[in-house]
Amino acid sequence: MITKRIIPCLDVKDGRVVKGVNFKGLADVSSPVELGKYYSDNGADELVFYDITASSDGRKLFTDILKQVASTIFIPLTVGGGINTVEDFDRVLKCGADKVSVNSGAIKNPDLIYHAAKRYGDQCVVLSVDAKRVNGKFTVFAKGGRENTGYDLIEWVKRGVDNGAGEIVLNSIDTDGVKGGFDLEMLSAVSKVVSVPIIASGGAGNKEHFVDLFNAIPKVDAGLAASIFHFGEVNILDLKKTLKQNNIPVRL
Amino acid sequence: MVVIVDYGVGNLFSLISSFKAIGVDAVATGDKAIIESADKIILPGVGAFEDASKKLFDSGLAQVVIDQAKKGKPIMGICLGMQLLFDCSYEYGVHKGLGLIKGQVKPIGEVIPKDYKIPHIGWNALDFKGKSPIFKYLNQGDFVYFVHSYYATDCDESVIATAEYGANLTAAVQNGNVFGCQFHPEKSGEVGLKILKAFCEM
Repeated sequence: MITKRIIPCLDVKDGRVVKGVNFKGLADVSSPVELGKYYSDNGADELVFYDITASSDGRKLFTDILKQVASTIFIPLTVGGGINTVEDFDRVLKCGADKVSVNSGAIKNPDLIYHAAKRYGDQCVVLSVDAKRVNGKFTVFAKGGRENTGYDLIEWVKRGVDNGAGEIVLNSIDTDGVKGGFDLEMLSAVSKVVSVPIIASGGAGNKEHFVDLFNAIPKVDAGLAASIFHFGEVNILDLKKTLKQNNIPVRL
Repeated sequence: MVVIVDYGVGNLFSLISSFKAIGVDAVATGDKAIIESADKIILPGVGAFEDASKKLFDSGLAQVVIDQAKKGKPIMGICLGMQLLFDCSYEYGVHKGLGLIKGQVKPIGEVIPKDYKIPHIGWNALDFKGKSPIFKYLNQGDFVYFVHSYYATDCDESVIATAEYGANLTAAVQNGNVFGCQFHPEKSGEVGLKILKAFCEM
C-alpha cells in the first residue's frame, strides 16, 4: 500500500539554511548538508530545498551545496526557487535533484512546464502554487505571495497538469503561518479536479493537523511543512507514529 | 568494479553517490571495453521506453549487455532499466527490449482501479515472492520508492517481489544472474542501499 509522505522544506540562502534548528547531535544547525541528513535519517520521506538566494554568487554556492546534499541523502530531493527556464531545470538536475518545483517562473512563462515535462518527464515537474481567497475566490499569487496574478486557482492548476506537471504543491496563504491546520477547503477543491499527487502546505501547527488532513481528504498524498519541523515542535517520527495509530499508512 | 551503463538516458548522479556511500567503486560509461571488464553491470533509465530502447540498440550497448548477461555476469536494471530487460513494451506502440527476462511491459492503468493515481509514485512496501540474494539484508514489508506508469507482466516465474497498488504490481524480478527493480534503490534510503550492497556482494 502506498504511504502518505511527510516532507520538510528547507529555505537555503547563500548556502545556509535560513532558520537554524537546534537539534541534538547537529553540530552546525544551518548547514543544509547536516540538516538534510538529519531529516533523511529521521523519517522524512522526501526533502524540498528552496533556493531563496538573490545573487548569482549565492546561486553558484547553492548548486555546490545541492551536490553535497544529493550525495549524502538517498531519498527523493525536490529543488525550487529561481526556476525560470529549462536551463534552470538542467542546472539543478545535474546536481542530483530528482524533481524541480516551479512557481513564479511558470506564471511568467506557462510554457515552461510543457517544455520541462517534455524533456525530463512529468514526474520531474512539480507545480508549486501559492493561493488565497480574494472576494471569495481562490486566487493564485506570485513572488512568494506578494503579487496577485488574478488567475483562478482551479483553472491554473488544471492548466499546469494538462501541460505536464506531475505533482502539485498547494500552499494556502490564508492558513500559512497561522498554525491552525491545513486549508482543507482549498485542498479539497483542488483534489477534485486533478489526478496527479497533491502535496498540502501551509497551516500545520501540530500532529493532529496532519491526521485531520489525511482523514478529510484521502486524495492528498503528502504534507509539507517547514518551521514546525525546524523548531522541533513536531518530530517527524512521532508524527508518523501518530498517523499510523490513526490507520493512515506511513513508512516507519 | 560496478559499471553503470551510460547510454544518455537519465541522471546518474544519485546512483554513483549510492555506490560511493556503500564503499563500492562505480563508474558510469558508454565504453564497451569498460562495460565488458566490469564485475557487475547496472542498467539505469528514466523517461520513455522507445527512446531509451532506441539509444541502447543504436549505440550497440544492447548487445554488450546481452552478451555479458549470457556470460553469467550479475546485471541489475533499475526502473526503466528493469523494463528494458523484458521482451517488449507497449508504451506508445510496441517496442523491443533486451529479451533477458520473459514478459512484457504494459500500462498500470490496465490493472489498477480507476480512482488510483498514475504514476504510482511514493513509498510502497515490498512483498517478497521466494528468496533472492539481492534481498538478503531486507525484511518483508520494507519500503522502497517508486515512480512509474508501466509495469512488467506475464513474468510470474521471475517475480521476486510485488507492491500493492490496487493490484499486485511487479516490483522486482530475477532470471538467474539478471535482476530488475521497478523502484529506485538509490532513492530508497537505507533499504535501497542494502539492496545495492547485496548485489555487489554476489
